[in-house]
Amino acid sequence: MPSTLYEKIVNAHLVEELGDDLLLYIDRHLIHEVTTPQAFAGLDEKNRRVRRPDLTFGTMDHSISTKSLALDACGPLNQLQLNTLAVNCAKHNIPLYPVGHKNQGIVHVIGPQLGLIQPGMTVVCGDSHTATHGAFGALAFGIGTSQVEHVLATQTLKQSNAKNMQVKVNGKLPLGVTAKDIILAIIGKIGHAGATGHVIEYCGTAISELSMEQRMTVCNMSIEAGAKAGLIAPDDKTIEYIRGKEFAPVGKQWEQAVTYWQSLHSDADAIFDTVVELNADEIEPQVTWGTNPGQVVGINQNVPSPASFSDSINQDSAKKALKYMGLEAGQSIQDIAISHVFIGSCTNSRIEDLRAAAKVAALGRVVDGVTAIVVPGSVAVKAQAEQEQLDKIFINAGFEWRLPGCSMCLGMNDDVLGSEDRCASTSNRNFEGRQGRGARTHLVSPEMAAAAAISGKFTDVRKLGA
Amino acid sequence: MRGISVIQGTIAPLNQANIDTDQIIPKQFLTGVTRTGYGINLFHNWRYLPGPKKLEDPSFALNQPEYQGASVLLTRENFGCGSSREHAPWALADYGFHAIVAASYADIFYGNCINNQLLPVVLTSAQLDLLFTKVAQNPKVEVTISLSEQFVSCEELKFEFDIQAHHKNNLLKGLDAIGQTLELDDKISAFEAKRPSFA
Repeated sequence: MPSTLYEKIVNAHLVEELGDDLLLYIDRHLIHEVTTPQAFAGLDEKNRRVRRPDLTFGTMDHSISTKSLALDACGPLNQLQLNTLAVNCAKHNIPLYPVGHKNQGIVHVIGPQLGLIQPGMTVVCGDSHTATHGAFGALAFGIGTSQVEHVLATQTLKQSNAKNMQVKVNGKLPLGVTAKDIILAIIGKIGHAGATGHVIEYCGTAISELSMEQRMTVCNMSIEAGAKAGLIAPDDKTIEYIRGKEFAPVGKQWEQAVTYWQSLHSDADAIFDTVVELNADEIEPQVTWGTNPGQVVGINQNVPSPASFSDSINQDSAKKALKYMGLEAGQSIQDIAISHVFIGSCTNSRIEDLRAAAKVAALGRVVDGVTAIVVPGSVAVKAQAEQEQLDKIFINAGFEWRLPGCSMCLGMNDDVLGSEDRCASTSNRNFEGRQGRGARTHLVSPEMAAAAAISGKFTDVRKLGA
Repeated sequence: MRGISVIQGTIAPLNQANIDTDQIIPKQFLTGVTRTGYGINLFHNWRYLPGPKKLEDPSFALNQPEYQGASVLLTRENFGCGSSREHAPWALADYGFHAIVAASYADIFYGNCINNQLLPVVLTSAQLDLLFTKVAQNPKVEVTISLSEQFVSCEELKFEFDIQAHHKNNLLKGLDAIGQTLELDDKISAFEAKRPSFA
């Protein structure tokens, strides 16, 4: 029977069928400080051990300062949480990359960077943006803390079968339009819950053309369409990206792995429950106007009127969103002035993102009254950027250059916005209060964020001539 | 863990779609290292006025006197979208909710509810409309949710709901999911023996 890539990975990890539940083996478990303390406490309560510390990897990212390496820099609660992770990892022999370690960074940046994530694997983490790793053709999804505990204790997870959705992005992406714009356009088309219950497989010429880092940006936001996971079948780019990485297989194992990876794709006649097609040529730089990522339009469009939505629930959501965002229906997106810019997060903090943003930043200066911060995704990304002198470009243009972490994507540290601050953000969620109570978040690409910083308002980056 | 079978109580209505986990429990309350104590900050930014004093916003449904003590949260589609934070069901349960009734849920949140003995009931939008009307007419109206028989009843209204057998079983019996899986240790070890060496 023909199968999708998702079905093939599930079948290859099936430990046992338990009625309508599947017990799946987990190849990689990434952990961080926020969603694990209660899981370890649960293990301790029952005297349970971590079954495979060698398949579990920890880092510190959510609760840390981007201005200081001190664990107490953001207060005693954050410090306790970070220390708890360190104690738990030491106790259970789990490798941990703490603040100050060369491998430290946002969990979804360091996993791929270290070669930990490989095609065909199952990857979980107590974080909804785990879908990022689907860029490698791995089945990767976010889990709750009870499930973290289950994986720590058993290296398995019970899962129901998801439905299959194919999202085909045909054509060629215009210059100045990015992977971020592709995924925002997809979410805009299918809606904030459009893929609930599904695993998305992204394909088509515009997806094949993307670099691995760009593919990570696309898969990262699968959850913002409600999807369980997002996948892209591995190809030569995937294999070349992994080659030589710290945890990549070597020698004969590398050859065996590559042979296996090359077999991983949906069969030509595989059946998808839902198929969505987009034309990349028609996508323009995207800007969210509302309080969920599906509330998005192109840079040359206007803020929509709530009345333009077909049902009362979406009309109501739009009305509430406009009120929270302080916007008027019909207002041009390019007339929206911003006070803050955040370049970073597991969506857009990799070296290619920083290069792209720096290229635009070099064209001007951060407008007076605008605060702009750049937060690299990992120690390695920061070092690479500094080697390329991107930090100097940002600093000379008036941006702040920070230490790696999740930072203002969710503001669990002190990178928090004030009420009515308006931020052009390369992160993944524009929910109410996400970056600070009353703060207004507009999701954009790194190029568009840099363009907003030097223009003081949203601008079509293609007109700046970067 | 205790099991659940029948839930009886009053309803708190939150007539809004797409309520994300950042609203259910904002990020500043995720620094805890225990599973308890999140109820006080449930819906924090909607429930309390700005400022450090935690003054209740009287316009928010959960603050209205008639909805105090409600054990069922009535809401709309895509409830619990966004972050995987299990602090969301912890906060809802700690506040006193035993069940949520909505048109749909985000997948991770739904699983987190099952793992925390919080019953996520799915009804159609039309059925929800009728329940919202009931609560509007009488805020103290009693609702009964039977998990074993899979129905929600409220005065003359009675709606059946679907739930997957294994979810139902876990909720009814309050099973230790990890303990169950550990009984399959032989199967897990056998699988590990077959795993490719490069993984």
